[in-house]
Amino acid sequence: KEGARGGVGGGNDFQWCFSQVKGAIDEDVAEADIISTVEFNYSGELLATGDKGGRVVIFQREQESKNRPHSRGEYNVYSTFQSHEPEFDYLKSLEIEEKINKIRWLPQQNAAHFLLSTNDKTIKLWKISERDKRAEGYNLKDEDGRLRDPFRITSLRVPVLMPMDLMVEASPRRIFANAHTYHINSISVNSDHETYLSADDLRINLWHLEITDRSFNIVDIKPANMEELTEVITAAECHPHQCNVFVYSSSKGTIRLCDMRAAALCDRHTKFFEEPEDPSSRSFFSEIISSISDVKFSHSGRYMMTRDYLSVKVWDLNMENRPVETYQVHEYLRSKLCSLYENDCIFDKFECCWNGSDGAIMTGSYNNFFRMFDRNSRRDITLEASRESSKPRAMLKPRKVCTGGKRKKDEISVDSLDFNKKILHTAWHPKENVIAVAATNNLYIFQDKIN
Amino acid sequence: MSDGTQGNKTVENASAEEQREMQDKVISPEKAEEAKLKARYPHLGTKPGGSDFLRKRLQKGQKYFDSGDYNMAKAKMKNKQLPLAAAEKTEITGDHIPTPQDLPQRKTSLVTSKLAG
Repeated sequence: KEGARGGVGGGNDFQWCFSQVKGAIDEDVAEADIISTVEFNYSGELLATGDKGGRVVIFQREQESKNRPHSRGEYNVYSTFQSHEPEFDYLKSLEIEEKINKIRWLPQQNAAHFLLSTNDKTIKLWKISERDKRAEGYNLKDEDGRLRDPFRITSLRVPVLMPMDLMVEASPRRIFANAHTYHINSISVNSDHETYLSADDLRINLWHLEITDRSFNIVDIKPANMEELTEVITAAECHPHQCNVFVYSSSKGTIRLCDMRAAALCDRHTKFFEEPEDPSSRSFFSEIISSISDVKFSHSGRYMMTRDYLSVKVWDLNMENRPVETYQVHEYLRSKLCSLYENDCIFDKFECCWNGSDGAIMTGSYNNFFRMFDRNSRRDITLEASRESSKPRAMLKPRKVCTGGKRKKDEISVDSLDFNKKILHTAWHPKENVIAVAATNNLYIFQDKIN
Repeated sequence: MSDGTQGNKTVENASAEEQREMQDKVISPEKAEEAKLKARYPHLGTKPGGSDFLRKRLQKGQKYFDSGDYNMAKAKMKNKQLPLAAAEKTEITGDHIPTPQDLPQRKTSLVTSKLAG
């Protein structure tokens, strides 16, 4: 059921409007330009993106200006840098992609900003700092840096700090390497602000942000005999408040919650979340579409959300035997699973996110559609990230997929959906109704109209 | 959970089991898709979505090369044409010899992202 009006979110009727789009318009998309992760920082002032080419671009929100009231809160480029480069592991004959799998911000502790970015094998801590002053009046060198002849110096002066054009510098402060045999899918900063976890297909490691030559393995699901492998880790996250708790999801649709106080090696879970399956409905596709591609705790820490191929589920941490809410993202794809398997789309990993108040959730779909669900009103809406609806402050029109029978005007039939236009990565501002949606090589920013 | 909504329920005087099987085929779109897939790929693994696709996931990025084959082929290369890499996407394994020209060129993306443009 579609919401009657354009709005979903947090109990009020919000109206999503186009704000900005970043990236090239050309049809030919270079693989390196494909956005692979999007993340707001804790205040929402900064928005980071990572791409397949190993680059990070950070946008900063403009302060409100009386001169241009409508450009309130636009995001403009703040810093960009090459985070990772392609590598070849000669020992294992393994090609390592530079694609940024995840970016996670650290809570801000001083004037500089810190983020963790990771590719398949290596995690890096980046410091992004501003420089708006420069020292002038050195004794031993000229303004352009040339050394002065010390014998020509007849008097001493004290260098003074002069303002300069703002320069934003990114520098790698820590490199956490060589701890993952398999491909890293998640990183998550702990609420203690000292440690973080990194998860690959079979193992999860705990790091201290200051220490790069050591990490603790806290989960290891590698079987003694790889022939017996039935399940891999697909995502992991630290609890937002309890620094001893984390969860990880699997390719079999289960989630395990672990408590690091219980044992050094958390192979035995504290809680095990799984929805019972009707055995008669089991098919070849069941396990594949139950694989969880993303897990996110609510801001409150009371719930967690999981995304599998066709749905989003909200779980109460106090109830392990089934989710408390299930939202269908694109149920009409169930009758297309055969071709989605053949073109590999069935393996697409969609992410999901909460809004700041945990009242609404968002996730992507195909054809550049993305879906929002209001947990309170149970209303849902489908919106599209497209250049056509990209006029400034234009309100987004709800979209509808026609599943059979007569197609109404403005509806799109399932067979006309473009499966190359996938929205895998979305992010919601931690405090306001501003969302960032990555559509292949373009980043769309939408805001609600009310403000 | 699959909640088939389309399709007519056939009501016949069949045994309950047969009826349910028919209902499954008619009502469950997922099972219909499975049948379609099995028709196209009859040898598809018995384990649904099991170790095969997991192992493929774990081996992402793995490259293969045999220096012995390569050197022997280079020696023969003077007279004969070698079978070349079929397409970029296929893995380069035993049955043909990769040459430096075959390997996809990895360029580092030192160009600034267009998002920042």
